[in-house]
This record gives sequence, C-alpha cells and structure tokens, in this order.
Amino acid sequence: MTPLLQVKGLTKRYGARIGCADVSFDLYPGEVMGIVGESGSGKSTLLNCLAGHLEADSGHVMFDTRAEGLRDVRAMSEPERRMLARTDWAFVHQNPRDGLRMGVSAGGNVGERLMAVGARHYGDIRAQAQDWLGRVEIAADRIDDRPTAFSGGMQQRLQIARNLVTGPRLVFMDEPTGGLDVSVQARLLDLLRGLVREMGLSAVIVTHDLAVVRLLAHRLMVMKSGHVVEAGLTDQVLDDPQHGYTQLLVSSVLQA
Amino acid sequence: MSDYNFAYLDEQTKRMIRRAILKALAVPGYQVPFASREMPMPYGWGTGGVQVSAACLVPEDRLKVIDQGADDTTNAVSIRRFFEKTAGVATTGRTSEATLIQTRHRIPEEPLTRDQILVYQVPIPEPLRFLEPRETETRKMHALEEYGLVHVKLYEDIARHGQIATSYAYPVKVEGRYVMDPSPIPKFDNPKLESEAIQLFGAGREQRIHALPPHCKVVSLDFEDHPFEASKADHDCDLCGSGTSYLDEVIVDDAGGRMFVCSDTDYCETRRGAGHRGRLAATGQEDAA
Repeated sequence: MTPLLQVKGLTKRYGARIGCADVSFDLYPGEVMGIVGESGSGKSTLLNCLAGHLEADSGHVMFDTRAEGLRDVRAMSEPERRMLARTDWAFVHQNPRDGLRMGVSAGGNVGERLMAVGARHYGDIRAQAQDWLGRVEIAADRIDDRPTAFSGGMQQRLQIARNLVTGPRLVFMDEPTGGLDVSVQARLLDLLRGLVREMGLSAVIVTHDLAVVRLLAHRLMVMKSGHVVEAGLTDQVLDDPQHGYTQLLVSSVLQA
Repeated sequence: MSDYNFAYLDEQTKRMIRRAILKALAVPGYQVPFASREMPMPYGWGTGGVQVSAACLVPEDRLKVIDQGADDTTNAVSIRRFFEKTAGVATTGRTSEATLIQTRHRIPEEPLTRDQILVYQVPIPEPLRFLEPRETETRKMHALEEYGLVHVKLYEDIARHGQIATSYAYPVKVEGRYVMDPSPIPKFDNPKLESEAIQLFGAGREQRIHALPPHCKVVSLDFEDHPFEASKADHDCDLCGSGTSYLDEVIVDDAGGRMFVCSDTDYCETRRGAGHRGRLAATGQEDAA
C-alpha cells in the first residue's frame, strides 16, 4: 500500500535556531497521526511546513495525488499546491477566526470551497451547506448568521464543516480543541472521531493535550526542541514511554 | 495656449500612459499599473479618467464628458472645460458626434461605434477588494484565476435578499479569464460592455489602467439558478416616453410626487427633439432635464 503522505528529512530553521529538524514519517490512508510536545517544540512549524504554509529548508513531502501518484509537494508549482489545498487537503486552525471569513454567513463560509472548485448552482451549494451544518450539529436556522454570532465551539465546528465539505483526503489540525471548555471539547472530539471514521480521512493533529491524541490518534510522535524523540502506536507511547521527555510529559497530566 | 502642453500632461507622461493602455488592451481585463500623476483636481473626481483622456486626445477629437449620464453637472462641466482650455479640442453633448467620451457611472444609451473611445473614471479597480483586503493576495488570486470569492459575495446577496442585490459595479469575466470591476456603472449597462468602441478604464488614486478592446467577450457572473438580470426602474421616461433607457427617480414635491427621467440626458433630448413625449412632458411642467 502506498502511503498518502510520506515525509523524509524535513528541516526548517529560523536563522541559527531550529524549527524542526530531520522529521520523517509515513501516513497511510485512514490513519490519524498525533504530534505532541511542549510549546516551542516545533509542532506547529512542522504542521505548517507539511501544509505548505511555510517553506521548509530541506527534505521531501510526498503526497499521493489522485492523478499522478506520489509527488513532492515542495516541488509543485504554486497553482498546483493551492489547488491541492482547497480540494484534497484541509487545514483546521486553532483559532477559528483564522480559518473562517467572519464577515460572511455560515452558509457562505461552507460554500466558499465549493464555489472555489467551480460550483455555480445556488440551490445545490445551499443544500450542501445545510447538510454539512447538520453534520457538525449546527441548527439549520443559523445558516444565514455570521460566525461572529456563534460561540467558540460552534465556530470551531463551522470551521470543520467548511474544510470537509469538498471531501478532502488529508486534514491538518492545529490544536483543534484549544481554547474550548472540556464539555465542548468532548463533543467536538466525538464529532471529529465520527467524521474521521465515516469519511476514511487521514489526519495530522498537533496538540499538547494527551487526552485528544489518546482519543483520536492511531500513532503518535513526541517532539522536543525540534526533534522527534519518540514515535509509535498511541497506546504504546502513552502507556510505556521510553524517552525521558515522554515520561515527563505523561506524568505531568493530572489524573482526574 | 503656450502655458500648457497639449492636453496638460507632458509628452513623456503621455507616452508612459499610452504604453499602459496598449498593454491593457492586449490583456483584456488585466489591471496594468501606471505612474499616475498629480492632477489639478482631487482624487475621486476623475483623475484617472482625465489622464487616460489626455493621453488619447488628438487636436481633431471631439470630446464629450458624462457624469451619471448627464452632460451638465459639475464634474462633467469642469472636466470638459479643463480640456477646452488645455487642449483646445471641440466639445459636444451629442453621443453620436463625439470621438472620445469620458464617463462616470454610465454608458450612453446610443450604441457606440468603432470610431469612438469610451474612457471611464474608476474609483476602485479591484473587484476583489472588499472581499480580500490584501493586495498581495488579490494579485495572486488574479494570477491563479481563483475567483470563487466573487461568487461568495453573490451567494451572500441571495441568502440575505433573496436575489442578487448587487446593482452597480457588478463583476464581469472578460474573455473567459480576468474578473473585472466595470467601475460603478449600473448593472443595466453591463450588456453594453460588449461594444464596437474601445473602452478604457483609468483609476488615478489606485494607479491602474484596464481596458476592453472592441468586440471583447464580457460575461456578468451569476448562478445557474439565479441568472444575471440587467434591471432598471419599471417605468417609462416621463419626458421622452422611452421604455428601454435607464431611469433616474426625481422627487418633485414634498407630497410624495416623483418622476422618472432618462439618466442619459443626450438620449432624452434627442428623442424629444424627434417628437417623442412622456407622461409629464406634454403638460410642459417640471422640465427637470
């Protein structure tokens, strides 16, 4: 089986400082990969390099495109990369305000990606938007409200709907549950887990919340100071941490 | 006349503007940057249009200036006088007699011919500006033909008002490539953008020129189930009786009285000269035109 995403020796430096160094992994279709680590460990840098938001200094990011099989994303032209970013990829920001158009109604936010790939039938676009709002548990009568009128949890769910409407195969998530209270977090995680199963999505999830990865991720990478210090199956890494930093991380969590 | 160079601008500046115009004509709908000059009028009064007109004028030209369809409002009068003084060209109010027409907010009702140039005064040339504030991003979107956002605007219109409520500056796609803002003309005029005449758009403050060569394909954007409609007030002109021209609504008293008159004053006058009469013209009162 070909991996959906194959990363080899990805390195990003900020001048003399290391953003992330020599990261390699394979992600297979339907697999969810969690990346954990403390603040400043290079998680977000890595995610942004993968998604093409940041230019990496060296290494390869190979993506299994529908048309031509494995291709190096870094060698793609910008139009190709942007096309990929609005069809096969999705990016869920930590702060929904970064990923939504706050001046545009919920329906318009969900419809934007459809219109960006050529949908030109208002009724169809609206029906799909309606359908997706339902799937992320936003009431149908809120379709014409702006995201400014939504709570934080609803905004985050709207952002997820907006990203998944075109049926992407790979989703990048940067702390999707950050800044939400625990009950809302739980519902969001439940929703995400359902959608990932149902659509067979692959995902790369960056978080510092070990509970999130335990629920969602099949495999886990632990980062510290820009390096991957430990990787493996989620349960294995969390229950039997080998590296000193991972042991510290796991033992830092309060047992409720 | 020795005080000014012909048509105010110096020859080097005119060459620079002509180069931009040629490029704009070669790439229909593309916004060509140019080094806009300080003009003796404030931004927003047509500095871009005036510079394009100055670069196109020749001594044999006959100039017409339109402001919201009218030839006799402040903006039209002062720009016409400006070129009478600095270029000494003949001027006219007649659409058919003019060789160069500078306009603000309207396209004349009378179809233009291949011998004419229509110059628009453009406030904001970027059709994506109010959707995406970053200039770097809008340029990239034009370059990569990423125009989904324009439809988001139209979607919002329908979601909020039940129909496409954008009634002026209605976005068009030129020759299947660039999305263009046709300056704030009413969408009633959009079908007239496909014309025999050369159409030039000058934005002075924003320092952009774009253009439509003759017979260029111009499509107003819409949805399949909400097609584009060139709308106008549902009346006939009260002075000349025309049922097909774009109308202005004029309040005539403080008791709710109103009349509808052609926004294109020359068109209205020509029709009345030919004996056409509207609802209020026969009584000879309230001759607003």
